[in-house]
Amino acid sequence: MHETQNLHCKGILAADESTGTIGKRLSSINVENIESNRQALRELLFTSPAALPLLSGVILFEETLYQTTTDGKPFVDVLLENNVLPGIKVDKGTVDIAGTNGETTTQGFDSLGSRCAQYYKAGARFAKWRAVLKIGPNEPSELSIQQNAQGLARYAIICQENGLVPIVEPEILTDGDHDIKKCAAATETVLAAVYKALNDQHVLLEGTLLKPNMVTPGSDSPKVAPEVIAEYTVAALRRTVPPAVPGIVFLSGGQSEEEATVNLSAMNKLEVLKPWTLSFSFGRALQKSTLKTWEGKKENVEKAQAAFLARCKANSEATLGKYVGGSGGDLASQSLYEKGYKY
Amino acid sequence: MSCYKGKYADELIANAAYIGTPGKGILAADESTGTIGKRLSSINVENVESNRRALRELLFTTPGALQYLSGVILFEETLYQKTAAGKPMVDVLKEGGVLPGIKVDKGTVELAGTNGETTTQGLDGLAQRCQQYYTAGARFAKWRAVLKIGPNEPSQLAINENANGLARYAIICQENGLVPIVEPEILVDGSHSIEKCADVTERVLAACYKALNDHHVLLEGTLLKPNMVTPGSDSAKVAPEVIAEYTVRALQRTMPPAVPAVVFLSGGQSEEEATVNLNAMNKLKTKKPWSLSFSFGRALQQSTLKAWSGKDENIPKAQAAFLARAKANSEATLGTYQGGALSEGASESLHVKDYKY
Repeated sequence: MHETQNLHCKGILAADESTGTIGKRLSSINVENIESNRQALRELLFTSPAALPLLSGVILFEETLYQTTTDGKPFVDVLLENNVLPGIKVDKGTVDIAGTNGETTTQGFDSLGSRCAQYYKAGARFAKWRAVLKIGPNEPSELSIQQNAQGLARYAIICQENGLVPIVEPEILTDGDHDIKKCAAATETVLAAVYKALNDQHVLLEGTLLKPNMVTPGSDSPKVAPEVIAEYTVAALRRTVPPAVPGIVFLSGGQSEEEATVNLSAMNKLEVLKPWTLSFSFGRALQKSTLKTWEGKKENVEKAQAAFLARCKANSEATLGKYVGGSGGDLASQSLYEKGYKY
Repeated sequence: MSCYKGKYADELIANAAYIGTPGKGILAADESTGTIGKRLSSINVENVESNRRALRELLFTTPGALQYLSGVILFEETLYQKTAAGKPMVDVLKEGGVLPGIKVDKGTVELAGTNGETTTQGLDGLAQRCQQYYTAGARFAKWRAVLKIGPNEPSQLAINENANGLARYAIICQENGLVPIVEPEILVDGSHSIEKCADVTERVLAACYKALNDHHVLLEGTLLKPNMVTPGSDSAKVAPEVIAEYTVRALQRTMPPAVPAVVFLSGGQSEEEATVNLNAMNKLKTKKPWSLSFSFGRALQQSTLKAWSGKDENIPKAQAAFLARAKANSEATLGTYQGGALSEGASESLHVKDYKY
């Protein structure tokens, strides 16, 4: 399992939008949410010349795991032939926790073991499960932290029993007017709980990845410099993530393509001991410009693929701390933030 | 809430980092009056204050030894003692670039309903005591929690109680300017395998770091003093490389990189064993974002005690023995120990079943 995680200068494309969520993306470019369009979008991404060498993995939604290119080649084979590991989203979304102020837990445990076994047969080698927490006057509550941490740990061990590397994703939403210190405190508390739960459930840390939020001010607060985000984020990780974890692949949350890349690069430039690689697992922040450029039209595929390659390259450079910025136009700088974002 | 950010934060971080300086480690000379009595009687020396003072003076004034030490843990009595010439022990250490530390726990008490498991006491008035110790020159503290391995041990109760105690002690220390050494010792007693020890060590350390996080302890201003991961005392021994592998792996799985250093306890290991094992860990090529050093009591003093036997005329011999072990362990922190810094007693096992301070 350990060989799957050599993330040096590579990262993950999160292309696991559920049918409902991808529908929102497609409708934003006036494209109908039907299977052939969903297939066309993913084919565009996975066959972008020169992009796959910059990716170590792609997270897929279940439908995509079984789809093929228009030529009939399974997507899974396209990826594997290019040394990109197929991953699979295995959670079944969030549900509210009664008695809390809109806090949630994540479902998806029923038959998870046998589903993982099937996905493994279909070629998947890693999985992803998104837990969601929020910051508020009384949030994240101890109940929410415990529920989500335990849930992530159960999911993780079940994955490992069935050959899938679990990506552990405890996303703390940026929504709110809190400052970066508050986000740092919440992130450290949540991550400490997550690693205690993983230990309790006997998860092999060397065979996991972490997908956390970056530590930033709330969406309604003034922005800070990338170096500040880098400092607080890396400090939080240093205080909570044991070195046995080989890699950390950040989510982009509502950050624009450019912001996410610049912040990741700042973290990798930071001169402090980081015993895990710091890379990306971006969805919106890798696909935004690509989507807008494509608009669902065959004649735009090449241009759209070039936009995708540009973001992949930028983020690959960011994993080496070498991104100099500016590889995108207006589209790359557009915030992708949506209040109370739900998949 | 995030972690401690009070007036001592920068100092704590600097002192913790200093203690972890490669090439240096800690002499644990904090034996309580009762415990040092056992050591003295083993060399037929009377347990009176002047003899306790003489032993510590012998150690702290060993020519050339202090350069290998970043800290010395003292018992309260010693913190206020002076050399025969009238110089405070604390000043001897400071002038040698060594931070004085202080044992602050008050020993263990049994947990009712368990099979001889214990928790550690000493929280009452701890803040005031820490302030006094800081004024007297101490800059770090030590608190020993004890767990054991058995069919049903360590129990969740023992783990929770001891982890919580360590975390409470740690934050009180930090609030009063002392770097807390967090010591969750899992006794070596038993016939269990190294795998079992590893499993227990990982569980205990995970609980400790969760508790430290719960109590808002600033990890950058702490040190860990764990047992090495070894087979039980009644089991077959394994090679130093194996001990190194299991020990470092346990730390990789539980210890966040924010902690600057690990200072191993020697448990019942002989002087030579402890040094050789530490050396093997530092030679290991794997991720180690914290320095690996020593905080040895018996494993630094055994030969010295034997050579001294309480007699003035033996002081040079005894100091030579101490210097040899200090140097050996310094080399071990760099992975350059070649072995063989032996004197009488260096290979003697120091294991005492169910060891109590």
